[in-house]
Amino acid sequence: MSNTELEPLKDPGLPAHAHRKADHDEVAAKRAERQVSILFLLSAAGTILFIYSYIWIAQDIYVYLPVIGTTNAHQLFLGLGLAFSLFFIGAGAVHWAKTLMPDQEVIAQRHEMRSSDEDRAGFIATVKENGASAGLGRRTLIKRTLGLSLGLVGLSPLLLLRDLGPLPSDDLTKTSWAEGVHLVTDPGNRRLRPEDLEIGAVAHVLPEMKHPEHRKLDDIAKDALLLIRIRPEEFRLDAEKLSWTYQGIIAFSKICSHMGCAVALYEQQTKHLLCPCHQSTFDVPTGAKVIFGPAARPLPQLAIKVNAEGFLVAAAPFNQPVGPSFWERRK
Amino acid sequence: MRKLSRLRRRKITAPALLLLALVIVGNAYAFIGATVTTPGATASNARSTMVTEGREIFLRGCSSCHGLNAEGGGVAPSLVGVGAASVDFQVGTGRMPMADMSVQAIRKPSRYTAAETAALAEYVASLAPGPAIPGAAQLTFERDGNTAEGGELFRTNCAMCHNAAGQGGALTQGKQAPSLMGVEPRHIYEAMITGPQSMPVFGDKAITPQEKLSIIKWIKSVENEKGLGGASLGKVGPVTEGLMGWVGGIGLLIAISVWLATKSR
Repeated sequence: MSNTELEPLKDPGLPAHAHRKADHDEVAAKRAERQVSILFLLSAAGTILFIYSYIWIAQDIYVYLPVIGTTNAHQLFLGLGLAFSLFFIGAGAVHWAKTLMPDQEVIAQRHEMRSSDEDRAGFIATVKENGASAGLGRRTLIKRTLGLSLGLVGLSPLLLLRDLGPLPSDDLTKTSWAEGVHLVTDPGNRRLRPEDLEIGAVAHVLPEMKHPEHRKLDDIAKDALLLIRIRPEEFRLDAEKLSWTYQGIIAFSKICSHMGCAVALYEQQTKHLLCPCHQSTFDVPTGAKVIFGPAARPLPQLAIKVNAEGFLVAAAPFNQPVGPSFWERRK
Repeated sequence: MRKLSRLRRRKITAPALLLLALVIVGNAYAFIGATVTTPGATASNARSTMVTEGREIFLRGCSSCHGLNAEGGGVAPSLVGVGAASVDFQVGTGRMPMADMSVQAIRKPSRYTAAETAALAEYVASLAPGPAIPGAAQLTFERDGNTAEGGELFRTNCAMCHNAAGQGGALTQGKQAPSLMGVEPRHIYEAMITGPQSMPVFGDKAITPQEKLSIIKWIKSVENEKGLGGASLGKVGPVTEGLMGWVGGIGLLIAISVWLATKSR
């Protein structure tokens, strides 16, 4: 097919304006008027329902509605009343505009935004003329000090950028765990002995603090630990990691190495730890190796031991930052 | 009065009264006699009968998987030392006997009566010591529990599997953490101390018995909570709420915009 056979599309132009029924039929116009006023009356009824339920419907009445279920009547009718009163004002206004208000179609032409050359030249001439008469060129002291003050005002927002800091320093790499810090239950703050955990048991622990009521959420977000006890012969760990456990008790950071959710879905039978956010699955006997999901590395393991009084304590701080990756984190 | 005297003259009255007297005396005698005998002896007798009964039930219903002496087999774990609490939980909630060999035993109507379950529990407890069934004296959660503390404990220890409102949730490979709504306080307690199936054990030092009662009290308060807003959408959070918002809410907005933009005729 050659191009000559194709005819270029003609601009169809605007469709002919069709008048609405209410524009020429008086009965239809009356009907539309009634419809609009009914919508407004519905809105008024909604407001009355709102006022009525606010004052007279007791707050402890519950009603049963199909699909929705048992609902508090006070709240339900308060909400319905407000919804009706607002919605039907809008609905009435729209229906009014669509059926009765003038329906002339107006075409707003778009013009170039640039002013005409004469206007531009005039503007420049005015500025120059008035600038000269105000003495802008002559009084240089005023000109310079004004420039200085405006420049300094412009600088001040930059100063506020400082509030983006301070830099986190070692907050991302350090936790409260250190050698000899007791493992205490969360919540409860009770010290734990190894015999408190039977095989298959878990405990959620935090580092002991002198004033546990002062514990900050930021600290919990880094320090939270999961203690798990399995049979010692089930571990598949290298000698170093194995020495970090105590008689089958192993301690992992609860903060997922992917996005920092609390990893604590522990399946006792499969010995898998599961992160509830993105289903990263960690295998406990192999030191929380990632066996499924988006996590990039195992959960950091904390070295634990038993102190002279028989309590579980940390044997060393974490050997790596806990939680998700960040820019400065080395592999 | 006259009615009574007429009744007295009837032929049947004398034998009926005699029978009533005999029943009362006989029952009173049995009652007194029972209290007179040494309670220890009856209890231990009853216990050994229960163990025997329990063993019979076990041999019939459980031994094909768990072994003739509850020593476990290829498909089922050993029950030596799991304790009465474990049996009461697994059999009492209908999880055992399993209906099929799927990944998880699920809650269903119990196959055994309370008495049979108790006998089974007694038999398994007799094999080796294990956690006992918590009695009514232990389950005083209404009195000793603290709902706020229970909520805090639940969010740290339980919420990641059972959902923040105890509605249950998914685990790996088709397993799931069941909903805790409508579960007997006794069974909740037993689950915590025995760690059934995928659930880990929460020992009495990690979560003290008093704290366990607080957890139960919190679960019960959630269960009895009336929904102010009606449809709770399963209380599972952003999934159903988001679906509702996207489909229902945005759908409504689209419908209104279509109505706004159509020309009236």
